[in-house]
Amino acid sequence: MRLINRKPSRPVALLLAALPFVAVAIAYAIGSEMRLAVNPQDRLLPAPATILDTAIRLFTEAERRSGRILLWHDTGASLFRLLSGVAIAAALSLVLGVLIGLLPYMRRSLSDFVAVLSMVPPLALLPILFIIFGLGEVSKIVLIVIGTAPVMTRDMAQRVIEIPREQIIKAQTLGASSLVIALRVVLPQILPRLISNVRLSLGTAWLFLIAAEAVASELGLGYRIFLVRRFLAMDIILTYVIWITLLAFLLDWMLRALSRRAFRWAEAGL
Amino acid sequence: MSFVSVRDVWQSYGGRPILERVNLSVAEGEFISIVGASGCGKSTFLRLLLAEEQPTRGVISVAGDMPAVEPDRARGVVFQRYSVFPHLSVRDNIIAAESFGTRLGWLWGARLRAARTRADETLGRIGLDHVAGHYPAALSGGMQQRLAIGQALTARPRILLLDEPFGALDPGTRVQMHDFLSDLRAQSPMTIFMVTHDLAEGFKLGDRVLVFDKPRWDPHDPGAYGATITYDFDARHGGIPYHHLREKIHEPTHA
Repeated sequence: MRLINRKPSRPVALLLAALPFVAVAIAYAIGSEMRLAVNPQDRLLPAPATILDTAIRLFTEAERRSGRILLWHDTGASLFRLLSGVAIAAALSLVLGVLIGLLPYMRRSLSDFVAVLSMVPPLALLPILFIIFGLGEVSKIVLIVIGTAPVMTRDMAQRVIEIPREQIIKAQTLGASSLVIALRVVLPQILPRLISNVRLSLGTAWLFLIAAEAVASELGLGYRIFLVRRFLAMDIILTYVIWITLLAFLLDWMLRALSRRAFRWAEAGL
Repeated sequence: MSFVSVRDVWQSYGGRPILERVNLSVAEGEFISIVGASGCGKSTFLRLLLAEEQPTRGVISVAGDMPAVEPDRARGVVFQRYSVFPHLSVRDNIIAAESFGTRLGWLWGARLRAARTRADETLGRIGLDHVAGHYPAALSGGMQQRLAIGQALTARPRILLLDEPFGALDPGTRVQMHDFLSDLRAQSPMTIFMVTHDLAEGFKLGDRVLVFDKPRWDPHDPGAYGATITYDFDARHGGIPYHHLREKIHEPTHA
């Protein structure tokens, strides 16, 4: 039997899916064990038990000086920046994408501009954003918007253009105006794509968020990681990295569930 | 005065003529089949009737109206594919024929309820009432085309344009669709233009069969001349007009 036709059974599939995670965990445990055996004071690869202790402390104990549990405040600040940035970018890309995809005049005037805009490396603009918007929340949110919106806009416009010409013509013969075509033919059909665009750009958004927080901030997950880096506190860094990964995974999972629930018609064809 | 009149229509793309000197006059209620080889301009002609494109020269007028500059409610259309909206349920696809003409494209309250009742009547007539809540993707190709025709007719167009509507269906379903279309016509007369690849289908359904072809042909430059209507058959009575002609002697009124 050819390799391309061999499929794992359900228990084997689960095992195979777990395998890389287990392998990484074991490799880390061994590496940590070896380093700690040589030097019990080693800070580079703390033992898994140490990380767990640190994690429990970070999630439950308040900082003595301020009396706040910093991890939750960091999470709140970071999620606020991330979600506002992505929400603004998504709304922007939806409106611009429909306009560019549907109206020839808009396409002529905006599509090349957006294409060029998406080539600008957003991190290179970060100093400009700090100068214009200051070191507060606005500059970080704007960085996320600039970093994700142009690519999303281009994709949305492309999806609108790909809607079969037949449907647009048909809607016209049913008396639909441009507005009705945008609202009732185009919009519902590209919303699933918007959700998947948001899912894809969340990764990029995290990148820009952590970069912005690392450069200038006083609260946030990225800020904390770069702060404790100075003390080589690997147990805290690793806890934060795992926590960020978990948050990203949960966000993605929620968006996927939403998409499945809201767009039953798109699933019916699959 | 004819219902649909096409007067000296020329269409060319980038200087290349596709159609030339097309003249046609169609009476209300006639079923016109349009046949011809690939690339002979029959789909172009349908797009002109649809007002999706404007002819380079000439005038097309439907029901004595001014020549249209874009597709409107006077023209119903069914394409080979993508004719229904995949994100709307079967019932909502029919309701769309009424709601899309409003300002925001939605109906509310009593108007929506009335439209829903009418939509269910329509679905009963086209035999889709048992799948009213389904999405089109769950329907077979024949059912989707029935829905597309029902949707187009709900908007009460003056002319119905069919662009190879049964081309993607299997032969059995196609015969069913022929009966379906004939039944619909028997219930309410309408003016139909149908482009088809299938000669037999064209003669079976049509009152007239128009053949598009190039009357002039330059072997050194095949694209030099456009196509026009080269034959206009009377396809009633199985394409044999003889009996009809003899009857006319006794019945002087025009059929």
